[in-house]
Amino acid sequence: MADDRDRDGTEVAVAEFHKKIKEAFEVFDHESNSTVDVREVGTIIRSLGCCPSEGELHDLIAEVEEEEPTGYIRFEKFLPVMTEVLLERRYRPIPEDILLRAFEVLDPAKRGFLTKGELIKYMTEEGEPFSQEEMEEMLSAAIDPETNSINYKDYITMMVIDEN
Amino acid sequence: MGCGTSSATEDKKSEKALKAALVIQNWYRGYRARLKTRQRYALTIFQSIEYADEQGQLQLSKFFSFMLENYTRVQEKEPGLVTRLFGSSIQDKDRQDYLGLLEVPDSYCGPRLQFPLTFTDIDLLIEAFKQQQILHAYYVLEVLFETKRVLQQMPNFTHTRTSPSKEITICGDLHGKLDDLFLIFYKNGLPSASNPYVFNGDFVDRGKNSMEILMILFVSFLVYPNDLHLNRGNHEDFMMNMRYGFTKEILHKYKLHGKKILQILEEVYTWLPIGTIIDNEVLVIHGGISESTDLNLLHRLERNKMRSVLMPPIPMDGDCAEKKNKLGTTSLLGIRTSGSFSEQLTKQEWEQVVDILWSDPRGKRGCYPNTNRGGGCYFGPDVTAKILNKYHLKMLVRSHECKPDGYEICHDGKVITIFSASNYYEEGSNRGAYIRMSYGTTPRFFQYQITRATCFRPLYQRVNAIESSAIRMLKERMISRKTDLTRAFQLQDRNKSGKLSMGQWAFSMENVLGLNLPWRSLSSHLVTTDKDGNIDYMSGFQDVHIQKPVKEVQSTLIETVYRYRSDLQIIFNIIDSDHSGLISMEEFRCMWKLFKSHYSVHIDDSQFDELAERMDLNKDGSIDFNEFLKAFYVVHKFDKLNKSDNKLA
Repeated sequence: MADDRDRDGTEVAVAEFHKKIKEAFEVFDHESNSTVDVREVGTIIRSLGCCPSEGELHDLIAEVEEEEPTGYIRFEKFLPVMTEVLLERRYRPIPEDILLRAFEVLDPAKRGFLTKGELIKYMTEEGEPFSQEEMEEMLSAAIDPETNSINYKDYITMMVIDEN
Repeated sequence: MGCGTSSATEDKKSEKALKAALVIQNWYRGYRARLKTRQRYALTIFQSIEYADEQGQLQLSKFFSFMLENYTRVQEKEPGLVTRLFGSSIQDKDRQDYLGLLEVPDSYCGPRLQFPLTFTDIDLLIEAFKQQQILHAYYVLEVLFETKRVLQQMPNFTHTRTSPSKEITICGDLHGKLDDLFLIFYKNGLPSASNPYVFNGDFVDRGKNSMEILMILFVSFLVYPNDLHLNRGNHEDFMMNMRYGFTKEILHKYKLHGKKILQILEEVYTWLPIGTIIDNEVLVIHGGISESTDLNLLHRLERNKMRSVLMPPIPMDGDCAEKKNKLGTTSLLGIRTSGSFSEQLTKQEWEQVVDILWSDPRGKRGCYPNTNRGGGCYFGPDVTAKILNKYHLKMLVRSHECKPDGYEICHDGKVITIFSASNYYEEGSNRGAYIRMSYGTTPRFFQYQITRATCFRPLYQRVNAIESSAIRMLKERMISRKTDLTRAFQLQDRNKSGKLSMGQWAFSMENVLGLNLPWRSLSSHLVTTDKDGNIDYMSGFQDVHIQKPVKEVQSTLIETVYRYRSDLQIIFNIIDSDHSGLISMEEFRCMWKLFKSHYSVHIDDSQFDELAERMDLNKDGSIDFNEFLKAFYVVHKFDKLNKSDNKLA
């Protein structure tokens, strides 16, 4: 429910959001024709700071796709949907402490680490399973080759530093 | 409590595990997406700067035209200068002149080629180059002369056929990356009668083994002239080589005979075919096409008259006759066209060749000037369809643009871009690829990526590396335009607060630098932002500065020389036709004056003189221009810190 008194603030915000969305979109618009491959839409949305689940992403894509899916998403359809997402601050990213607690749930013995096998099992069998590529990529950065395990606290800290 | 767990507790446990897994997966996917985006941004930066540089390169041609128009004044002061610029290398070089006095000493332990060449010479070269040996100048020259002789007999377009048992392999830009060529030969086999190849231009420049690549390709060509096909790229151009590194490589590896090699190379380039046509259906050319591409014209023209993209044909009109008369017998145009005007292509022919070597496909319909590069055009899917239909062709294979996966298909599958230099911009920036195809089958793509010790580096480290490299380049751009940028910022900063909004800052950056980049997303790497989201615009210049070769000289002069250093390099190289590394002070000043006036640079002449003097580069009336230009470089404040940062985790 948008208030009138909110409108001025949102107009400025909307203009800046539009520019941000356009920039992010253009980087993936390889042919410079205001379209991107549908497989890159997830990356674009996440690069704008949102963290939808795979299911939520699926729904978003359905909203921006053509009636007869062409494999491409047009900017004209993407912009209004994405603007709403940003305005409503949907799909907020996971805070660090929640992430830590999630690892701790998977490590009930409180060892401070997960073995490679355990990580693979959880990531590829539970929730919204990883593809092989995603799993390999996470392992390459997370696993300590000497112990074949992931010290999740250190891992989280490292990733957070890297992002900032 | 207890050892028996009820199913309810188990359910609750697995539900918690499920939720936890979801959290981690969700977070990781977001993180990974942001990494990929940073990688893309870095590539975009590299590409924009590369094209902006190419544009600068083509602007030089306008400068040379400008010089011609002002030649009367130049002629008076420097009669020899213009002759040297435009009067050279029209006559054929005599083989004896070059090779006659050269000998390979007994002490030489590099590879020795045997003429006529056979496949053993190819193996020999590859083994030798793997051990970083350098081929003696004598053999280089022999190969170049022989290559030119054989190429001269070939038409502008090579026509070749494939069959199910004889597939052809197409490779794109190699740009002096020898490891990529070795990898291709390792994966795909050496060239032979049963394993034909097309190399689609840009063999040289940028990488450090352009000479070795050229030698392997030329020797292979001489052994298998009907099965190894070479197309000319926009970097097979002696002027491009001056800016992009090949000339430097040659003069460094061949200190005694480099000049000779450069002179012959210039001619060999002009004899490279413009393209290859496979099975009468696939057109392979380096850049692209335009809506006016005329294959018949391209088949007919005399391709060896295309010396350089920076030397467009001089217009032939009534004016010329007048100028000739005014100055008597030694008019510039008289020198240039000794023999006849037939020494150059017509304007139309020249433009057709430039289009082939420089154009890029885009999704937008129609044909537009290629503003990024400054030459050739952007052509849309409708242009592709029109030209392919007109000549009964099915597909266009081209190179010229770096693609993250080594190849890209566009225009409804009718245009393939193939790029064979992996890690082109930076370690981890992109894969390379090659195509195998034969008549009636779908083309197959093979990708690879040369990585050294960083073979199994995790994604985030690779992204960090290319990102910091890209940002460095961008900062160097910014500092080289500091004066213009500051002026643009201050114009918008009415209250003189030192701050601008994101929109204002992004606008100025794009306008002044001429780079179409995602400024908002990049801002965090370049400037500091306060809590209200406003940008402290001068913070972008804080940790970079141009090393001042001499304290007392004005910053604007330093900035200007740094900004134009590549252009100045080329101009100096041309003036220095005997490649001695020295030009006279008089020539130096004269060139600077012309340069100033054409590029609208407002710097006092006396400042420039003072600079040269203080740098003590004046050696008996001559100036060592390489030393001069080397003295202008950018210092990054946090360089030392950066180096140790890479050891994270």
